[in-house]
Amino acid sequence: MMDAGLPLLEVTDLATHFHTQRGLLRAVDGVSFSVRRGQTLGIVGESGSGKSALARTIIRILSKRHTTTTGRITFEGRDLLTVSEPDMRDIRGRDIAMVFQDPTSSLNPVKQVGVQIEEVLARHLGLRGRAAQTRAIELLTSVGMPLPQERLHQYPHQLSGGMRQRVAIAIALACEPKLLIADEPTTALDVTIQAQILDLLHRRQKAHHMAMILISHDLGVVAGYTDTVAVMYAGQIVEQASTRSLFRNCRMPYTAALMRSAPNLSDPPHTRLRAITGRPPDMVLPPPGCRFEPRCDDATDICRNRRPALSASDADGTHRYACWHPVASPGASA
Amino acid sequence: MTSYVLRKLLRLGLVLLVVAAASFLLMNLLPGDVALALLGNEATPEAVAQVRAELGLDQPLLMRYLHWLGGFLCGDLGRSYITQVPVMESILDRLPVTIELMLLSQGLALLIAVPTGVLCAYKAGSRIDQLANAVGLFLLAAPVFILAILLMFLFALKLRWLPSTGYVPFMTDPVRNLAHLALPALAIALAEWPSLFAVLRGDMIKTLQQDYIALAKAKGLGPAFILFRHALRPSSFTLVTLSGLQIAATIAGALVVETIFGLPGIGRMLTGAVYNRDMMLVQGCVAVISVGYVLINFGVDLIYALLDPRVRQ
Ligand SMILES: Nc1ncnc2c1ncn2[C@@H]1O[C@H](COP(=O)(O)OP(=O)(O)OP(=O)(O)O)[C@@H](O)[C@H]1O
Ligand code: SF4
Ligand SMILES: [Mg+2]
Repeated sequence: MMDAGLPLLEVTDLATHFHTQRGLLRAVDGVSFSVRRGQTLGIVGESGSGKSALARTIIRILSKRHTTTTGRITFEGRDLLTVSEPDMRDIRGRDIAMVFQDPTSSLNPVKQVGVQIEEVLARHLGLRGRAAQTRAIELLTSVGMPLPQERLHQYPHQLSGGMRQRVAIAIALACEPKLLIADEPTTALDVTIQAQILDLLHRRQKAHHMAMILISHDLGVVAGYTDTVAVMYAGQIVEQASTRSLFRNCRMPYTAALMRSAPNLSDPPHTRLRAITGRPPDMVLPPPGCRFEPRCDDATDICRNRRPALSASDADGTHRYACWHPVASPGASA
Repeated sequence: MTSYVLRKLLRLGLVLLVVAAASFLLMNLLPGDVALALLGNEATPEAVAQVRAELGLDQPLLMRYLHWLGGFLCGDLGRSYITQVPVMESILDRLPVTIELMLLSQGLALLIAVPTGVLCAYKAGSRIDQLANAVGLFLLAAPVFILAILLMFLFALKLRWLPSTGYVPFMTDPVRNLAHLALPALAIALAEWPSLFAVLRGDMIKTLQQDYIALAKAKGLGPAFILFRHALRPSSFTLVTLSGLQIAATIAGALVVETIFGLPGIGRMLTGAVYNRDMMLVQGCVAVISVGYVLINFGVDLIYALLDPRVRQ
């Protein structure tokens, strides 16, 4: 069963365009990747690179009126973009669950914690009353919530940020989903809590052999918890590889810049972090060539005019990057 | 929650005292001599002085206030100078009509506003939303007496489904009572619906963009559940506030509708009392109406606490 056969989720040439007053905003623009059962894919990118838009597209919770989605999202052999809305509702929360960035805004402020957990149990597992309550306490215990029984009748504002995110995770794990999409689950939390939450997600994932998409703008977060990584820039994937290969041997200048801007434990103390200068492009009118070109130190004419395709950098084709002038790989591999 | 209610109750008591003082002062500082009004301009100074003494008007203001306040606290608002009927009695006679009209019209307005507001927020920008907004704009522009007359013309005179004027107490005959109140309540409800609708729709559209709605969708919950069980409560604060204001306004403001449909409510009695310079009656009405405002505000505060657990602390 492990890793045999098809991936659990396969996204092919996915594009999500928001209809805005200024025109089409290409938040996700031709993204392809796949995730296998039990594995974690990290998606990294700066703010505004389209990570949340991608996550929300996969579970189809964006307003149909204001977005256009094209491409294919194959989950367990079905194309999620063509299943009916009622079928999709059965998949959401049961087969694919999501944890949001900020637990303060993602929990309903006027509903008790217990109710918010129990309603997903009622929706997908038909659990109600005592049974649902017992299960909710189990879930809260499994996410390391102190005094789970008392929490059921509390409101989100009575909990700390870390505890709120534990509730959100309990909700996401309630039906033991096959895929968990965690959209920057620790960005809004204290540094000390971040590691606890990531460890919790990691443990739960191993326990249920669940696949996970871990979204972050922090390469450091992704490094420790993922099997593969996709680097996103301006709605596109610009480099994708096994986590190991990416950190050893990144090829795309944007990835390299992200790595330089991340604090590194091996750096001598007080090393200045190198922030990436400039801002991501306007996604209504993106640059015609490489989207990183306006900020890239290595850019040439071809970068301005032609968009680089994702191409393989290693023999088995798992490490891919989109760049005309890739950064030299230090290992100078085969 | 208990301490929140206690705090609000304490405030309620203080406000009521202020209200009592204000309505007394308002009436007593207005120009115009009641004794003269009663006796006419020809009256001799002696006769005027005698009437003033009989009515207690020769006492100092403070004494009169304390006297009146004592009565007010015991539910005694004095007697009308003109008819000699106890003011409380007249008010209690009229109050049920006004309260029933108020509750019916506001209930009806909310009954229409909540589903339409929720639906149009969900389908913002669609045909049905545009239609509802156009109807709202039309109703907002039409004065309530036009609506009242149109309704009366259509349902009472043309279709003859409902009586056009008059009133039957609820205890006498509930069905006929409701038949008499249906059109006036509908007229007020139609006039109040547009603003309730617009406020709810606007707040709801904002709520639907919140992350917790995205999470509710991500749980696989259906649209009706999300709209009514997740989005409605956090979207109804302005709605509740506005509804409270509207209820308060109908206590005195239903006058036009009461007049058109011949309903014996407080609004009509108050106007009559003002014309007749019936100070005691006016003062009593104003006091009761003010108490009504204060109680409604208190109710709105309680509803806030029910709606939002964060308010209770
Ligand atoms: N509902 C929407 N309507 C219009 N534009 C949107 C909408 N949601 C997102 N966008 C735009 O799409 C782009 C991608 O946004 P997205 O939220 O996916 O970025 P992100 O990578 O998740 O960033 P962050 O790290 O800040 O969460 C941004 O330019 C954003 O302004
Ligand atoms: S394609 Fe050119 S502009 Fe784009 S990242 Fe590579 S070198 Fe820089
Ligand atoms: Mg995001």
